[in-house]
Amino acid sequence: MEVFQLIISGVSQGCVYGLIALGFVLIYKATEMVNFAQGDIMMLGAYVGITFISIWDWPFWWALPATIGVMALVGVVLERLLLRPMIGEPHFAVLMLTIGLGFVLRAIAGAIWGNEPRALPTPYVGEVLELGSAVIGYENIAIIAGTAVLCLCMWLFFRFSRLGIAMQAASQNQLAAFYVGIPVKRMYSLVWALSAAIAGVAGILTAPVSLVDPLIGFVGIKAFAAAIVGGFGSMPGAIIGGLLIGLVEQFAGLYLPPGFSDMSAYVLLLVMLLVRPQGLFATMQKKKV
Amino acid sequence: MRFIRKTSYEQDINLVKHGGHLLWYGLLLALVFSGPLWLDRFLLGEFSLVFIYAIAGLGLMLLVGYTGLVSLGHAAFLAIGAYTHAYLLNLGVPLPGAMLSAALFSALIGGLVGIPALRMTGIYLAVATLAFAVIVEQVLVHWESVTGGFRGMAVPRPQLLGIQLGQPVSFYYLCLGILLVCMLLVMNILRSPTGRSMTAVRDSETSAESMGVHLARTKTLAFALSAAFTGLAGALFAHRLTYLAPDAFTLITSIQLLLMVVVGGLGSLHGVIYGAIFIGLLPQGIALLRDTVPPAISQIPGLEPAVFGLILILFLIYEPLGIYGRWRKIRLFFEEFPLYRKSTYKRQKSFLRTERLH
Amino acid sequence: MSLLRAEEISVHFGGVKAVQQVSFAVEEGEVFSIVGPNGAGKTTIFNLISRIYDVSGGRVWFNGRDITTVPTHKIAQLGIARTFQNTELFEQETVLNNMLIGCHTHRRTNLFSELLFLPGVRKQELQFRRRVEDVIDLLDLQSYREQVIANLPYGVRKMVEIARALCLAPKLLLLDEPSSGLNPEETEDLVFWLEDINQELGITVIMVEHDMNLVSQASDRVMAVADGQLITIGAPQAVQAHPEVLRAYLGD
Repeated sequence: MEVFQLIISGVSQGCVYGLIALGFVLIYKATEMVNFAQGDIMMLGAYVGITFISIWDWPFWWALPATIGVMALVGVVLERLLLRPMIGEPHFAVLMLTIGLGFVLRAIAGAIWGNEPRALPTPYVGEVLELGSAVIGYENIAIIAGTAVLCLCMWLFFRFSRLGIAMQAASQNQLAAFYVGIPVKRMYSLVWALSAAIAGVAGILTAPVSLVDPLIGFVGIKAFAAAIVGGFGSMPGAIIGGLLIGLVEQFAGLYLPPGFSDMSAYVLLLVMLLVRPQGLFATMQKKKV
Repeated sequence: MRFIRKTSYEQDINLVKHGGHLLWYGLLLALVFSGPLWLDRFLLGEFSLVFIYAIAGLGLMLLVGYTGLVSLGHAAFLAIGAYTHAYLLNLGVPLPGAMLSAALFSALIGGLVGIPALRMTGIYLAVATLAFAVIVEQVLVHWESVTGGFRGMAVPRPQLLGIQLGQPVSFYYLCLGILLVCMLLVMNILRSPTGRSMTAVRDSETSAESMGVHLARTKTLAFALSAAFTGLAGALFAHRLTYLAPDAFTLITSIQLLLMVVVGGLGSLHGVIYGAIFIGLLPQGIALLRDTVPPAISQIPGLEPAVFGLILILFLIYEPLGIYGRWRKIRLFFEEFPLYRKSTYKRQKSFLRTERLH
Repeated sequence: MSLLRAEEISVHFGGVKAVQQVSFAVEEGEVFSIVGPNGAGKTTIFNLISRIYDVSGGRVWFNGRDITTVPTHKIAQLGIARTFQNTELFEQETVLNNMLIGCHTHRRTNLFSELLFLPGVRKQELQFRRRVEDVIDLLDLQSYREQVIANLPYGVRKMVEIARALCLAPKLLLLDEPSSGLNPEETEDLVFWLEDINQELGITVIMVEHDMNLVSQASDRVMAVADGQLITIGAPQAVQAHPEVLRAYLGD
């Protein structure tokens, strides 16, 4: 039964990694930029949620869409302000820029909401579901269910909506997409809005499990590992990579000496990079000459 | 504007290219060597730190600026150098031996990290080095018998042949001397085939390979050399800290090192020095700033990394060539006055150059 | 014995058969051209010879040696140099440094001596420089020596790439569309340079080329390919008049 419990908490933690990784992948697929601040955007999302729910006392089901909206706006603003000037610059420069952005966001969050960990009250907090001898918190179930719903929405969006298909086109070939009349730059803003909104959802889902402080964005690094394990550029890969890392961490925490749990995500990443550098779902190939 | 008449190929090979070089760099050397005459103890210490950063920066510049491989985990090499050095000193190994071993051991680990790097480029590599740094940090925390874990490890005072080198003045000269030697070594590398093969790998791997450059060997070598210099800097850094603990070598340290080469100017050795001065003295600048701004702002925790982050962002957007690039533009403006055209350094806006195949 | 011999080489990427069982031999001292419509697999053949791709089947022999599985960087040491269709120069470096990298295969110094810049390294640098200057003189690149590649016009880059390849002192030179992007005048100069390279330096040349005028003026033999398959090999005029070649270019 212990194993079952571990699996559940691993999967729910993995879903959080997966959601952040999804944001990485979305932006990378569409713009070939790597947004290292994705974890910190999630942190911002959690704080926006806290502001609505515990400071302004909004009902949860109003606060959720409001948070998503605010975060989408944040995404657009970041893109316009910081990333638009970087189109065509080397990947490395963008990577550095978003790392810098992460530091700035952390300080901003600390300045506005303080550094003490805060809790996010949700309607389902503290309730548990008992399955035999296993006890599962509703917040874990919420994470898993929320992730599943979000994934379904994303799939529908990219598969069927005009906008989703246009985004895909823009990500495959900028110039060609531009020629057939897709406003490529607007697509970029939209992609950033989308990925920041997903980060916002991840923030709200994860906040009840772990308290929120300005440093929770560092899970972004593990999520990044998840994205690479899944094969950077593949959306299902991101989720599966996240789940894998979530599970490995739980089991390493139980069966290996202390310290290995924190390391396990990175060990998994290094092993993956050595054995199958293209990730589980490969999309990258060598440049053509 | 200076016109140089070249009469021999040696002129292009020599480090000192013309009289002007000799004059200006000579003056600069005289200035730093006379440092203890006109700097107080505190500033001497700060400049020693700048020299240490510059040594680490040389290593990182070789990797990032000249070979085009990004490392987000160079604090790990700084840590490996520092701990190896302190551990050996505690065992009674003399200073030069411990320092050299620190550099060599870092180089060895660097080479090992470089091996997976052969199959990775860009972000993949950056993240692999990040993962490596996290693992090293964990090892430092948990391998208590060697590193002392969270309790840390004392660093013996540096001394050589009975001479104390830990005093501000002697430590200043120690750091300066090692920096100059490292600088010379790096300049030598850069003007010989190894350095050229590194820049070749940076600019086009395919092309480098078909010119006979062994990609794997070049990348591993770049990593090893880079780690060696950073490890050496780590050894000096250990003396500066006097007490080692894992929290001195975190992700933020790695980012600081990267910030140094980016802000200084990628692909130039001048950039290393500018960058080292910048990150070495910035905390002092921020401390000064704290006194002048209202407490509501100066009390923000994490202000220092945030200022680092902000500066990084501004540089990347407005001056991607770093301080050195800005300096070159200013110099060109005066040299060509009144003919300077702003467009000389104008960046070409382009559509994204994809490296994916569809 | 032929300098280069390809025996039924093929390569496929997934289901796409880019090159199918192509065999040809290039004799020492000749200028050998490969022509064919776009997507015929000409550049792929180059990438197979220079080992950027692995062959799916067949063998390649160079100078009596099987080079089918030789590592990519060894190809240059064996004496095969190449240029690229859209130029692959070291953009941030000067023309001089680009050409010095061309000398890389002749490096005899080790890391240790380079760190200290021992006299041997200096001697080698001077030697490299003299070799580079010879090539600069041959291709008239004097005025560009100190310029950074990123600031050069396309035509000059093309020449610099040829120059860099020549610094290797190769036995065999692979030129991938040397005339693309050149104006008619530059193309005419190219004919003379090709002659110099071939006759004065004694380098065997294989080139992929679309400009039929250049091909018939410069080459000894021509190979036509279409859809990854060999159509014919022969004298330029004969190949141009070959009915299947005409069909490949003009359609039915």
